[in-house]
Amino acid sequence: MAAYVAMLTKVGLEHYLVVGGILFALGIYIVLTRRNAISILLGVELILNSAGLNYVAFSHFSTGNVDGQIYTVFIIMLAASEAAIGLAIVLAIYQLFATIDVEATETLKD
Amino acid sequence: MEISIDVLIFYLVSLVVVGSACIVAFSRNIVHSAFSLLGTFGGVAGLYVFLGADFVAAVQVLIYVGGILVLILFAVMLTHRISDIDITNRTVGRIPGLVAVAVFLGILVYAIGETDWVKVKEVTYAPTTAAIGNLFLGDYLLPFQIAAVVLLVALIGAITLSRKEIKE
Repeated sequence: MAAYVAMLTKVGLEHYLVVGGILFALGIYIVLTRRNAISILLGVELILNSAGLNYVAFSHFSTGNVDGQIYTVFIIMLAASEAAIGLAIVLAIYQLFATIDVEATETLKD
Repeated sequence: MEISIDVLIFYLVSLVVVGSACIVAFSRNIVHSAFSLLGTFGGVAGLYVFLGADFVAAVQVLIYVGGILVLILFAVMLTHRISDIDITNRTVGRIPGLVAVAVFLGILVYAIGETDWVKVKEVTYAPTTAAIGNLFLGDYLLPFQIAAVVLLVALIGAITLSRKEIKE
């Protein structure tokens, strides 16, 4: 019991990893269950954020240098270009189908 | 037992991050989902500050909050008839998805708790911007250049995808 209290009152690497894990799980849940293309993109952004958080946490607690932060900057850059391309595709789909429900866009099936 | 103020603030910021991420995941209205993403991005920037990553925190605020969030809100406004609000954010298979993700999160937290992580003796808080700039133009020069090309390709691709074609 005392070990648990000590674990809660001193913030360490594990706390950040758990926050990152929760963000990742919520992102996976969104990608699995949403049927709205923009919502799925929101889920992907959550997943990328959790990855970046883990990189910075490891760079702070495990290595002590800034290499991990470089990777986080690259992740943010990729997230920006992914959002631009993804939303452009969503807008193109909307112009074609007048909906962005990913179950309605199934013309490749026939 | 006493809890110092920084630990308290850490839990508060984490609560903001997780709470607004939950709103993103479970809200029935996509406008609410998109706006509560602001809390998640801002909170993660706060966690970066806690980790002594000042440059990354500033980049997070500039690009995520200032760029990506505005882009997403634009897309939401352009693709939805805002008046018929109740059908905007359909979900399928809530219960199985929730069970699967809960089991996954349990395994993840168990693994985090059981693993013996490598840790430095003493964590340091120092300005990071100069070191990051030196690494970008030194060890990470090639990835940095490739990132520039990726951004250019993304720019051209987004324009090509979203323009209207004029047919004769």
